[in-house]
Order: sequence, then C-alpha cells, then structure tokens
Amino acid sequence: MPTMIDRHRLDSLLSEGAQLVEVLPAAEYEEEHLPGAISLPLRQIDRDATTVLDRSRPIVVYCWDAL
Amino acid sequence: MYDYAAGKVDWMAAGRPTEGTLAAQPRAGQRARRDVPRSRLEERAGEASARALAAGWQMSVVVNDHDIVLGVLEGLRLDAGAETTVAEAMRPGPSTHRAHEPAAEVAAKLAKGGRHRAIVTTPEGELIGVAFLDDLLATEVRAPEK
Repeated sequence: MPTMIDRHRLDSLLSEGAQLVEVLPAAEYEEEHLPGAISLPLRQIDRDATTVLDRSRPIVVYCWDAL
Repeated sequence: MYDYAAGKVDWMAAGRPTEGTLAAQPRAGQRARRDVPRSRLEERAGEASARALAAGWQMSVVVNDHDIVLGVLEGLRLDAGAETTVAEAMRPGPSTHRAHEPAAEVAAKLAKGGRHRAIVTTPEGELIGVAFLDDLLATEVRAPEK
C-alpha cells in the first residue's frame, strides 16, 4: 500500500530525488502536470510501463484530487 | 511508493508552477498582489488601518500566526476607535479563491458579484495575496508586487 503524503512531505521527497508519476489520462497530462512528472495513465499501467521508473528512488504517484 | 492524494489540484491551488499546454494560462495566484497588509485579531484597528493606509492600501487581511485568513478589515479609517480591536472591526470569513483558478473566471465572478478584488489563498486557507479586477483582466503578465 502506498503511503499517503501531503504537499509538504512531497517537497521533502522531491528534494531527495523522488520521481513524480501522474496517473491521469495522457491528454490531461499534456495540458498540465507537475514539473518533471512522467505520465503513466492508470488504465495503461502494466509491468513494462513501470520499467521507466528507477526503483532506487522514491516514487510519488498523484491524480487530480483526493476524491 | 507514496501517494500525493490531494493531487494536482492541491499543487496548483497553492500557486505552484506547472508544465504543459495550459500552464501559461493566467491564474489568480499569478495576478495576486502579495504585499497586501496583514493584521492580527488582537491589534488595535486604528493601528492596523494606519499601517495599511501608509502602504497605499484601503484594506488589510486579518490572519492568524499561520497566515490563515480569518477576516478582512475594510473601509479603513485612521480615526478608528482607540479601543476597537481588529477582531471587532473586521468582516469575518470573507470568500476566497484558489491560486489555480483562471484569472478570467475569477474576474467574471467578481464582476457578477459587484466586487473588485479577490482574496487568494492556498487550499489550507493560507493567504497568497489579493487580486484586483483590473489585474485579473490585464492581458500581460506582470509581477505580483504592488
């Protein structure tokens, strides 16, 4: 289970080199995303998709909001 | 693995930068004047008013120790009662806007409501600044300072 974090904890993780992953559809990512985030739409995630991630660094996923 | 559950809307509402095709869209947070005077509940209203007027403002935003918006001091008068506190003189619970709201949309809401300025805060209610109608409608991006 992922650990829930807030914006302030996110800042800390980013300063430690965390990778940001947006799981919204690609079109929404193209419109606007957090700086440096990569796009891995939830419905397209498979084992191969996650190979773009560096498992030695923290991974932070996000979508639109908490709802 | 971590989950930033509050997500993209929380990030943008806090006035943080973004990337993408819509990232350059003017936002309320960009147009907000961040040097708006602040005052505290326990202060004398006259002193807070004088400080705001000296800085060229006709208002002061009342905040707590964490910069959370509690109210607004308007209709500033230098001769406000010597014993009147900000808590007594302020208008509590003013409506606020988030930094990521498109400037044009906030301007339209202000115009519809007959208002000329918007208090812009983070999702937690922390003051970012005050955006005036003219600034929200301006076509060019300018520095947020007054």
